[in-house]
Parts: sequence; structure tokens; C-alpha cells
Amino acid sequence: MSKVKFDLLESTCVPLPFENVDTDQIIPARFLSATSREDFGDNLFRDWRYLKTGEKNSDFIMNNPKFSGKVLVAGKNFGSGSSREHAVWAIFDYGFRAVVSSFFADIFMNNSLNNGLLPVVISEELLIKLQDLIQKNPATKVKIDLEKQMFTIIPTGDSVRFGINPYKKECLLKGLDDIDFLLNMKSLITGYENNKNLVK
Amino acid sequence: MKAKTLFDKIWDGHIVNSIEDGPDVLYIDRHYIHEVTSPQAFNGLRERGISVFRPGKTIATADHNIPTKDQHLQIRDELSRNQVERLSENCRKYGIELFGLNHPKSGIVHVIGPELGYTLPGMTIVCGDSHTSTHGAFGTIAFGIGTSEVEMVLATQCILQPKPKKMRITVNGNLHKGVTSKDIIMYIISEISTGGATGYFVEYSGSAITSLSMEARMTICNMSIEMGARGGLIAPDETTFDYLRKLPSIPGINDLESSVNQWTKLKSDPDASFDRELEFDAGLIKPMITYGTNPGMGMAIDGSIPMADNKNNEASSSYLKSLDYMGFKPGIKLLGHPIDYVFIGSCTNGRIEDFRAFAQIIRGRKKAASVTALIVPGSKKVEEQMASEGLIEVFKNAGFEVRQPGCSSCLAMNEDKIPAGKYSVSTSNRNFEGRQGPGARTMLASPFTAAAAAITGKISDPREFITEEKNVKI
Repeated sequence: MSKVKFDLLESTCVPLPFENVDTDQIIPARFLSATSREDFGDNLFRDWRYLKTGEKNSDFIMNNPKFSGKVLVAGKNFGSGSSREHAVWAIFDYGFRAVVSSFFADIFMNNSLNNGLLPVVISEELLIKLQDLIQKNPATKVKIDLEKQMFTIIPTGDSVRFGINPYKKECLLKGLDDIDFLLNMKSLITGYENNKNLVK
Repeated sequence: MKAKTLFDKIWDGHIVNSIEDGPDVLYIDRHYIHEVTSPQAFNGLRERGISVFRPGKTIATADHNIPTKDQHLQIRDELSRNQVERLSENCRKYGIELFGLNHPKSGIVHVIGPELGYTLPGMTIVCGDSHTSTHGAFGTIAFGIGTSEVEMVLATQCILQPKPKKMRITVNGNLHKGVTSKDIIMYIISEISTGGATGYFVEYSGSAITSLSMEARMTICNMSIEMGARGGLIAPDETTFDYLRKLPSIPGINDLESSVNQWTKLKSDPDASFDRELEFDAGLIKPMITYGTNPGMGMAIDGSIPMADNKNNEASSSYLKSLDYMGFKPGIKLLGHPIDYVFIGSCTNGRIEDFRAFAQIIRGRKKAASVTALIVPGSKKVEEQMASEGLIEVFKNAGFEVRQPGCSSCLAMNEDKIPAGKYSVSTSNRNFEGRQGPGARTMLASPFTAAAAAITGKISDPREFITEEKNVKI
């Protein structure tokens, strides 16, 4: 669990215009044998970024030097499948601080929020428009204001409010962590156990 | 009092505290851990200088990265060995019960939990593994979590979780011969897509569900996550209680019948409302197979691969990219398509009934020479049962190799990888790109369909190998 803060981000974007990108694509299982949280970024989208020979796959959109930035603009239903938090660690370690999509898988969403990676849900229509804009002009910048919960495509002025759980919003703005929050609740937890006559 | 769903009853009964406009603090009755998603959580505890709050409520096993051959020898892969050793150290240090490699009760976490009586009706259960939904078969709220949440549960026995919406999926009617619980769930996923239940917790009901065995119910609940659901559960009934009555012992329960009396209350009230209701007719379901790279891309075994939907460019290019990976084209049939590998096992179909079903078709026949088959029991107990029922003999006589228990080729973290470009008919749960090894092409199916493919060397209709009177229900 990390205590990374997130408040305001203005950045160019990296497009990933595929639907149903599962966590096995984000970080393949054979890279999950580490016992620390570091360095997973090297293997982010490993089997799409690299050819079997180990060389970079120049056809893969993320390898196109035109695209860079701290915002990953993904397709619909991003992060489905395995619960591996390593997927979020890899995206964060690679340098992204926010992922934009029209739809995220539940576990991926929780994992992101627990690691300071902001998942931003926008409409499918706006997502497709944004993908097009970035493809046409890789210098397209977006602004993500967590405090105001506003997502803005700077050159077009498209600005929409995005949803986030108010508790998680506060955690991200202040760099707080769920575990500290729960540790402060120990007496309530013990009280629950006593009420239910649970074996401890 | 307001009518409640089974899900509400269990969830509400486990709330320690509710945060205004925020998630609930939910108490966790059972926490399963394994070697891959736990080490960073233990590191977190050490960095905070805290210990495991309720070590007796966590159960550990090594299953994801272990070899399925020569388990008595040292694990060859250094990183995997290190991970398994780290799990043992952490369990020793914090007093957590470990069913590690070579323990006589070890196996895949979602197979041994129920088998050893650790999964009981009405519980909240979490594990750093998305297939934790399996345990919902016993009428539990069971769901997969990330490593930060594993740390949270180790530290406080609680988890912060927003309450999901509720969906009921009712399946009525009779299944035709050769159609299994795996086909039911693959059919549902193909109907509603891989994200169709995202944001929901599903309750399965209807005569086609209640007539299933516990093993078959676990197969259904197991794949809830493959349609995006947070989890899936089935109300406990006599089938559930009989399963528990037959276990040699249940940790923490002295008087099972008085617990059973309590558990009979675990059902949705008749007028409880769900956010979404779906109904399916079991009579319409045929043996299923997937043709693409997510579990929503499934069809009847005798069907044709659907054409791309050209309304949405992104959807259509993702669809064609997926078929391209598989080496398939829209409109083609898969029956008769040659295959190279068969994998039977995993937390989806690695229980004794699955191997009995596989054996039903294999018995007296031979494996196709062109097929490499991996038969991997879900646990040591399943392995023992296979031996005592003579199934291992049946498989060996037919030319199959029976491995030792583990997750194996379901996610191919160990050496059990399918080579690039090869076709695998697999009883596991995910056909993602590279899931069974870089470049591997996975087609998900039931144990019957896997058996039919193993003996013919091609995609075959399992119904042709099953006689009505010998139809095993799984």
C-alpha cells in the first residue's frame, strides 16, 4: 500500500486503443515471481512491447516515440482478469500517474486507488474522441484536477466531471493510507469480534 | 423489516463500521494467501513495524508457481524457489498455518479451502487471487483482492470495500447430456460479455443451479470474475450441508447440525430486489468452446465464429486482433480444427468430479498421438482419490501423463507452458493472450470437451462420446 499524493496533473497522453485489456497483458504471469514492488515497469505490456527476439516491437503504439506522457488512455474494460496488483505497480513504475477509460474492472480500480494511480472514467464517446485527437496530434494535453474532479482536454476545451469515492479522493489528495485508517479503528474491530463471540 | 438478498444479509452482518460516502469496513472471517501475491504485503507489515492481527484466520498454500513434476526436489527456478521459501518464512514468523509444497493436504488454494472445511456458509472470504469467487458456492461472500488489501487484512482482519450492486442470474430447465456446469457459466459469459457483470455481486439460482453438486457449483462461482463480477454465490442447501457432513473434520465447528440450523436461514428473502436480473434456459445450452482471447468470446461447439461488429471501430479492431492472435477468421467453424495440447486441471475444473468426467470419455480409448496432455489434480487429496478410484490407471493406459497438484498451465508461471502458436484445449478459466505461455492459443472448454479433443486430436463434439445412461453430471 502506498501513500502517494495526487492532486493536479497536466500531461500529454499515450494511447492504447484496445478493448478488454486484461492484467495478463499488462504484466504477464511469468514476471510475478519477485518479492518486492519495484521495477515491474520494465515488463509492462511485455509481450506487446517486445518481439520474441527481445527487440522492441516497432508496430506497438507505445513504442512510437511520438507518444509520451503520464496519462495512459486505454480502451473500454481495462484491467480485467487477474487481481495481480503487479499490473498497477508496472503502470506506475513505467511513469504513468493516471489511466483514462470508459470502463475499468473492479479489482484493478481498487488496486489503482491503493497505489496513487488515478483511474478516470469518461464517456465512451469522449474516450473515442480523445483517442482520435491524440493519434492526430500527439502533443494533445489533458488536465486532471482531482480536487474539482474535472477532466479537461486542453486544446478542445472539453471538460467533464469524473466520479471518485469521496473517501478515496481525500486519501489521494492528502497521501493517506487505508491501513493507518484501519489501525486507528482497532477498538471497533475488537468490539465487533466480542459482540459476535468470535474466536480471535 | 426490509427484504434482503443473501448477499445483503452476509455483507451487512460483517460491517464493523461504515464511512459516510465511503467504503464499508468489512470483517473478514477467512483469509487465504499464496506465494505470489503475499510477499509484498508481509514486507509492508515489517515496514510499519506491526504484526499479523489474527493469524488463526489466515491459511496459506504454495500453488501458483510450483512445478508439477518432482515436487520432492528443490524448485529449480530461483525466483520461484525464493517466493515459496519466503511464504514459509512468513508463515513461521507470524504463526500462520501453511499447507506448503509436499504437505499431504496441499493443493490449489480454492480447491483445498473447501476440501479442508475452512470455507463455510455465511463467511466473508478474501484472497489475493481473483478466483476466490469459487468459495461463493457455499453461500459466502468471497472475492479476490490486491496485495495492498492482503496487507490490510493481515494487519486488521478487515478490508475497506465499497458495496457492489446486486445481480441475480437464474438458470432453469434441464441440461442436455454432455453439457456441464462449465458450459453453463461459459454460456452466460458469452451472452453478457467479459465485463457484463462488472460492479455487481451475483447470486446464481434456479433449478439448473440447485441440481448441481458442490464441485459443479464451485466451477460456476469460480468463473464469476470472468464476466467482471466481484463474486458470485449460491444459497446453501442440503447439497451444501451434505458436502460438509462428509468432511472428516471442520476446524472450529464442534456441533455441525446446530451450525446447519443457522445456515438454513442464508437465502434471499422472496421479495428481495436486485439491481439487475437475468434469466437463462439450461435447455438451450450446448457444450461450449472459446474462439478468442477473452472468456466472453465463446460459442457452442458446433457454432461458427461470429462476424465483427462494424459499428464501432475500436471494438471491431480489438475483435479482429484477437481472432488474428488465435489464427481464426470470422465465420469459420471450429469442429475438426486440429489441436496440440490438452490441459485438465485448475481451480475451475481440477476437482475429483472433473477427472471422473474426463475418464468417462477416455476409458478404453487412446490419446491422439499428436496431442500432449497435462493432467493436473487440484490437490493432493484429489490426486489420492484419483489413484484410489483407478483413474490414474485409466489415464496412463490411454497414454496420458498425470502430474502433481498445482495451478500449472492455467497461468504457466511454472514450466508447464504451451509453446507459441500451439492450440490448447484447456479446462481452466482464461484464454487471454499468452496466458498459457507466450504466444499460446487457448480454447476454454469443459472436461468432456477436453477429453474428446484429447482422443481425436481435434475439436470434437463430446456428445458423440457420451451415452445417455452413462451421463455423469458435473
